[in-house]
Amino acid sequence: MNFRVQATVGARGFDVGLDLAPGETVAVLGPNGAGKSTLLSVVAGLLRPDSGRAEIDGKVLFDLDGGAKTWTAPHHRGTALLAQEPLLFPHLSALENVAFGPRSAGIPRKTARESARKWLAAVDAGELETRRPAELSGGQAQRVAVARALAANPEVLLLDEPMAALDIHAAPLLRRLLKRVLAGRRAIIITHDVLDALMLADRVIVLEGGRITEEGPTREVLQRPRSRFAAGLAGLNLIPGTLTSTGIRTAEGLEVAGHQDEEVFPAGAGQPGVAAFPPSAVSVFLTDAHGSPRNSFAVAVTDLEQHGDQIRVRADGMSADITPAASADLGLAPGMTVYFVIKAAAVAVYPA
Amino acid sequence: MEQSTGGGYHGIPRWIYAIAAAGGLFVLLPLAAMAARVNWPQFIPLITSESSLTALGLSLRTSAASTALCIVFGVPLALVLARSTFPGQRLLRAFVLLPLVLPPVVGGIALLYTFGRQGLLGRSLEVAGIQIAFSTTAVVLAQTFVALPFLVVSLEGALRTAGGRYEAVAATLGARPTTVLRRVTLPLVLPGLASGAVLSFARSLGEFGATLTFAGSLQGVTRTLPLEIYLQRETDADAAVALSLVLVAVAVTVVGLTYRRPGTPGRRSVLEGPGLAGAGAEGAGLQGSAAGGRPGGTR
Repeated sequence: MNFRVQATVGARGFDVGLDLAPGETVAVLGPNGAGKSTLLSVVAGLLRPDSGRAEIDGKVLFDLDGGAKTWTAPHHRGTALLAQEPLLFPHLSALENVAFGPRSAGIPRKTARESARKWLAAVDAGELETRRPAELSGGQAQRVAVARALAANPEVLLLDEPMAALDIHAAPLLRRLLKRVLAGRRAIIITHDVLDALMLADRVIVLEGGRITEEGPTREVLQRPRSRFAAGLAGLNLIPGTLTSTGIRTAEGLEVAGHQDEEVFPAGAGQPGVAAFPPSAVSVFLTDAHGSPRNSFAVAVTDLEQHGDQIRVRADGMSADITPAASADLGLAPGMTVYFVIKAAAVAVYPA
Repeated sequence: MEQSTGGGYHGIPRWIYAIAAAGGLFVLLPLAAMAARVNWPQFIPLITSESSLTALGLSLRTSAASTALCIVFGVPLALVLARSTFPGQRLLRAFVLLPLVLPPVVGGIALLYTFGRQGLLGRSLEVAGIQIAFSTTAVVLAQTFVALPFLVVSLEGALRTAGGRYEAVAATLGARPTTVLRRVTLPLVLPGLASGAVLSFARSLGEFGATLTFAGSLQGVTRTLPLEIYLQRETDADAAVALSLVLVAVAVTVVGLTYRRPGTPGRRSVLEGPGLAGAGAEGAGLQGSAAGGRPGGTR
């Protein structure tokens, strides 16, 4: 009783395998062009991969590996798609839009409408049933689109950045709604927002360059990111390297001291590992300040920007958060060489 | 997109108006000149003569029939051209659009060698006891031949503008392709289809060259209004002018009542943001407001 997909698309350098348990929601994170939408298109049957296989609960969606290739058309898959824009059919009322799935499944008009009413009520849009999509706000339209996708009773619900096109007032509302309706439902949600992953997903996968670079329970990935992208989402600095007895050594030979949680990660010197630390743990000095147990890196400042009530100093792929007063005292400007100093106790080191 | 209303900035240089006015006059002036030559006291008798009414009736009936044929063949053609890719697609498009630029008399000759008594298909049809050339059916075929591109161009533009994203969503909701076509695609492009049908009807109404070549000029059978006008011009200029005015009036009424400005329907179908698997994303700007296509028929 599982959903499983494995597919490659040569032209896009896409090679991804993914399993979903019943009732599990997975968030797909990753930079633009990483292949997130490709994944949904392949699952929905809108894009034919070069090779691979997918099945839902024993039903084969496609099997392009064997001799006899199988390809199930999108309308037989049970994979309703909710896109960034609601894409409500403009010539149909909200009610008829929601009834579209059931009607397509051959359910009589009256029954389909009753079901549509139920779903509109479930997304708090019952009073919108006679409206045309042009008469709905962005948030209302997306709520109706959620109802329409759910009314099709999909085996897997595919959500492609459903909040991305909404304004800041409508997005939290829809997020709460999705949390409610996605509970116990099998879904894949593409998002750029770490909040979506936290609130809606049981598990996250990080896609970069067409491959999964990281995968695991949402909380774990955010606490101990192994990819630069996930670290960015979690708001952490990440330095990859090789595990040593005291921390890690980078490919350039830089030693980073940190603390390893031996219970969770049995020390494995020589294994690939990462060092992660929050920007708030970084102090910035103009001169090299030695003192154990500390890390001190000479870096060139690339950017300064306001970040909350702090100034975020970006340098050589790392960030430090300091107060505006400290920034002024140091006279920081892009191009300057400064020292990022981090206490070893603030650096988490774990295998990659 | 908003223009001409209120005081909004439209960015059109003033001299453009002058040239636009000249262009408008170029079309209006000949019509006015013709209207000035109408023998008004005799107008009603002239246009209600038996031969005139017969020709007008035949024109309306055959144009309606050819418009129906244009829809039957043009909708699938436009769908295939706009939505799929296959080898020879550009060539097919070129050939479908050929009648737009072909002198209609050439089209008539081509039809004659296809459906005529000695034609490619005509010989077999003859054996089956069906004669097409120089019949009302021939009139309809000639009109369809010249009018089909108008419908295909309009509809293909509308389909490209609408993009394929609604169809993709409909499919994932469980709708079979035929259901998607009936409940999503066609309603979405209905304005474009209507524009195309109106243009086809108007083109059919004005068809002359192909009809004369392929169908002849037999009163009540193949002599449509343009043929009647041409014939009358030799003998009774007043009648020709009066009937011309009727043809103009019918055309203006049909087009004015039903033809929608391309791109006006308030739909946000122009694709923004990342497309579904890139599907349709390229279609957006391609033909833009091509719905409506090239107006004005060649006589």
